[in-house]
Amino acid sequence: MATATATPATNPAASPAAAAGVIEIRAADGQWTAVCARSDLVPGRGVAVLLPDGRQAALFLDRSGRPHAIGNRDPFTGACVLARGLLGSTGNEGRPFVASPLLKQRFDLVTGVCLDEPEVSVPVYAARVVS
Amino acid sequence: MSTGTTETIVLVGHGMVGQRFLEELASRGVTERARVVVLCEEPRPAYDRVHLTSYFTGATPQSLSLLPEGFLDRHGIELRTGDPAVAIDRAARTVTARSGFSVRYDTLVLATGSYPFVPPVPGRDATGCFVYRTIEDVEAIKRYAAGARTGVVVGGGLLGLEAAGALRGLGVTAHIVEFNPRLMALQVDEGGGAALRRTVEEMGLVVHTGVGGQEITTGEDGRVTGMVLSDGSAIGTDLVIFSAGVRPRDQLARECGLAVGERGGVVIDERCRTADPAVYAIGECARAVDGTVYGLVAPGYEMAATAAEAIAAGEACAASFTSADTSTKLKLLGVDVASFGDAHGRTEGCLDVVYADSRAGVYKKLVIGQDGTLLGGVLVGDAESYGLLRPLTGSVPPAAPEQLVLPAGLAPPAAIGPSALPDDATICSCHNVSKGAIRAAVTETGCTSVPEVKKCTRAGTGCGSCVKVLTQLVNDELAASGVAVDTGLCGCFAHTRQELYEIVLALRITSYQELLDSHGRPEARGGDGCEICKPAVASIIASLAPAIGADGHVLDGEQAALQDTNDHFLANMQRNGSYSVVPRVPGGEISPEKLIVIGEVARDFGLYTKITGGQRIDMFGARVEQLPAIWARLVEAGFESGHAYGKALRTVKSCVGSTWCRYGVQDSVRMAIDLELRYRGLRSPHKLKAAVSGCARECAEARGKDFGVIATASGWNLYVGGNGGATPRHADLLAQDLSDAELVRLIDRFLMFYIRTADRLERTSTWLERLDGGLDHLRDVVVHDSLGICDELERLMAAHVAAYRDEWAETLKDPEKLRRFVSFVNAPEAPDPSVRFVPERDQHKPDLTVLAGPEIPVRTLEGSAS
Ligand code: SRM
Ligand SMILES: Cc1cc2nc3c(=O)[nH]c(=O)nc-3n(C[C@H](O)[C@H](O)[C@H](O)COP(=O)(O)OP(=O)(O)OC[C@H]3O[C@@H](n4cnc5c(N)ncnc54)[C@H](O)[C@@H]3O)c2cc1C
Ligand code: SF4
Ligand code: FES
Repeated sequence: MATATATPATNPAASPAAAAGVIEIRAADGQWTAVCARSDLVPGRGVAVLLPDGRQAALFLDRSGRPHAIGNRDPFTGACVLARGLLGSTGNEGRPFVASPLLKQRFDLVTGVCLDEPEVSVPVYAARVVS
Repeated sequence: MSTGTTETIVLVGHGMVGQRFLEELASRGVTERARVVVLCEEPRPAYDRVHLTSYFTGATPQSLSLLPEGFLDRHGIELRTGDPAVAIDRAARTVTARSGFSVRYDTLVLATGSYPFVPPVPGRDATGCFVYRTIEDVEAIKRYAAGARTGVVVGGGLLGLEAAGALRGLGVTAHIVEFNPRLMALQVDEGGGAALRRTVEEMGLVVHTGVGGQEITTGEDGRVTGMVLSDGSAIGTDLVIFSAGVRPRDQLARECGLAVGERGGVVIDERCRTADPAVYAIGECARAVDGTVYGLVAPGYEMAATAAEAIAAGEACAASFTSADTSTKLKLLGVDVASFGDAHGRTEGCLDVVYADSRAGVYKKLVIGQDGTLLGGVLVGDAESYGLLRPLTGSVPPAAPEQLVLPAGLAPPAAIGPSALPDDATICSCHNVSKGAIRAAVTETGCTSVPEVKKCTRAGTGCGSCVKVLTQLVNDELAASGVAVDTGLCGCFAHTRQELYEIVLALRITSYQELLDSHGRPEARGGDGCEICKPAVASIIASLAPAIGADGHVLDGEQAALQDTNDHFLANMQRNGSYSVVPRVPGGEISPEKLIVIGEVARDFGLYTKITGGQRIDMFGARVEQLPAIWARLVEAGFESGHAYGKALRTVKSCVGSTWCRYGVQDSVRMAIDLELRYRGLRSPHKLKAAVSGCARECAEARGKDFGVIATASGWNLYVGGNGGATPRHADLLAQDLSDAELVRLIDRFLMFYIRTADRLERTSTWLERLDGGLDHLRDVVVHDSLGICDELERLMAAHVAAYRDEWAETLKDPEKLRRFVSFVNAPEAPDPSVRFVPERDQHKPDLTVLAGPEIPVRTLEGSAS
């Protein structure tokens, strides 16, 4: 899938972070795929993304407007919900993490490692904004 | 020991003083060398009689028990419950119990307490007449009062007022008949009695002073129907409680030839010994060397320690008991009443300093000696300063007496504080703990909190009246020794939730980022915060939204990024990532049409349905992208969000009440609906639950709720701080017999005060337990407006009520907000394949095998994958 199906940005005035641009994710096969407009995301929150191979990613914008993508499946419950967790950075050397909405374990968005149980991790996907 | 076999100590009576005596024996090692046998008349071991009245407000025999776990086994004490002593043979040194059990003693200790005095009124044995002394008594009263409308309490002393208050709490109209010209004649003087009477009458109790009961009338079934008074008037009543004083239980002693006082009480010397050196008497059954039979626990405890010391040390005993302080501080019907020292001003040449405000029901008198020494005093309506004044008795206070009686607002700041007290001042009179001992518990023993100090010194574990001063002392001492506890909300904020609330309100901060960057810990500023403070700050901003000019909708702007996922999707996430849908059903009342709509929606969207524990219906298994369509149907049919997902008002449960139920005394359904509609949407530190019952039978389980309302014949009783869940707590009575308007106003204040001062995720129950000064303080703030903030609390609630909008209706109208309700940002309609169901009974449940297995690729995009 090469084109985003989402509606174009309709809310340019909302915040500076909602500036124009398209977010791309690099999937397992090394290909960059455009998944949505940057304005589809609210900084501090995520959306679920369907990757070309049928897997699910959780895509987030941190406060500074940088995108991060990890696997959407919560390894502790098996449910595909990480995109619906809350972002934070405090206590993780300033690196963003997401707290699972189900049982609240936190995952580092840069390394995919679970901060509460370091043996557990989720896949990390490269993400970028292109204008 | 004299016989060569093991020394045997027999204790008759296992009441408050008896148990204390056993503890004193054990702490002196006597239980290691001697056999200890206890004869206990009641069916259960010693319990806290002082707090007997709390039985009506949720205490249980277990919670009142005074016997520490494992105490008897640890010290090898033989306790025979339900087996009273019936005879003592002093020559043979044996005691015989009712069961026939007989035991030989070396030392015998009588701790048989008192019995309630019942004046010889004809009819006093009728069904419906009670006394007020044991758990069995209060159980019987509680049961009988369930069918009663009116009750008479004979006796306007301490216990009488407590009993009347308890009746009132049960929804019974209470009359107090007191022979003396004023209430609590023993403790307070005329001025205090008048202030007390006014306040008590304002609460709806009917007071008759200067009259006695002459006859109790009964119906054909032998049950009480009324009472004729000595002035010829009559009161129609369903029950009578005698609370006209107590008499020492000295019969066993009399029968074996021991001396008793003129007005009863086993005569003892300063070591608590009777004329027979092998027999001691302690507690309420004893008459001390000063000729007094003390009816309070503190002197009883002193006697217990003295007797134990005498038995342990023999002739070397240095302890003695001659007389005791009869200071008391009580909370009667929510009114503070305290008296201490020479309350009646009997010392020669003494002078009074009096402050009286009859409008506020406050009366304070200090008795001052000619040299300026504080001799005693009476405090009614405001006994804040009792904890400080009592220890100062006998010394010249560090501030002028007139400053000491002024209300807090008028007195110069810090006229006196606990720091002004000398180290030897007694802080806890129940357990005789001095200020020095409390300080030492912190500085020497290393206690770092009030509960630890309580445990280690026992201070504050009796009547509780010293806890306030105790807390101040402990905190001062901790601060002085440099113990600092990080009370910050989380890694991002060094402030507590309460402080953040005040900051947001005062500076009108409407954004989380602004708050984090201006008030966060230095290392957290500029960052993404964390999952703990984000929802907490979001909740604060939402609670204050109308007042600080923020947008109230949880999905608006930055607010959307702060909410927990349930708030973010206005639904509760389930274990497989699907959601549940809970429409509001105010008061649990629902029309057939609306029931049909719920049924149809659930059927059409394939949702599992269940009646919840909150009197409404939950529909489970909705996928995120289905939520708007489901809610469009519900909103169209007139439903609103039930906020099952929010830290907000959940349900106000109701019972059917007076409209249908034969027992109902008020329309509980209407009130529940009114309350639910008033507080719906109110964001708070934790979820809020409420209920309204139509009578004291309490079918709506209101006392298990954050605020519970129970109908009485003359209005509503408001209970607060109840909780089900993991740590259940019965709600405490905050105020009684309120009109509709008074009830709502008080709940407004209560909720806003809670929202303002509670910690994140702190239910009202834990908040109330933690609150300094507890229920009394809460009542001071929200009923008596002691902080002068009630206007503001009411204003904040009015703003919330006016600004309420249904979150789901608003969301459906706003395409921007609806954009998030998609399965995938780049494939909005493709269902998440891991949300699957398997049949269960007539419905279905999440398919967990899907979740346990490997990730399943989404098939709907077949062909489009590159
Ligand atoms: C649906 C329901 C069970 C049912 O099938 O009946 C339920 C379900 C949940 N309860 Fe409950 N509780 C439900 C009534 C209760 C009750 C009974 C009541 O309200 O009368 C209680 C005890 C009363 C109380 O709260 O004091 C109750 C005490 C709890 C607690 C423990 C709270 C505590 O203070 O200890 C939690 C956990 C928490 O909130 O931290 C909890 C949490 C939950 C959560 C939110 C757990 C979760 O995070 O997933 C459940 C999700 C609900 C959902 O997805 O819709 N639920 N829960 C009931 C919904 C009532 C409603 O209509 O809103
Ligand atoms: C409702 C209420 C509120 C009170 N509030 C306060 C207060 O605020 N402050 C305060 O200081 N005091 C208060 N008191 C008084 C306080 O409870 C008593 O001072 C205290 O209980 C006295 O202890 P005791 O052990 O001497 O007597 P009790 O606690 O009465 O114990 C005596 C025990 O001996 C048993 N007994 C009697 N005869 C025999 C026998 N022959 N064989 C075996 N057992 C026998 C009795 O059944 C009883 O269990 C209150 C009392 C009541 C009822
Ligand atoms: S609580 Fe309600 S339903 Fe229950 S008996 Fe009283 S009025 Fe009837
Ligand atoms: S004075 Fe009663 S507990 Fe301290």
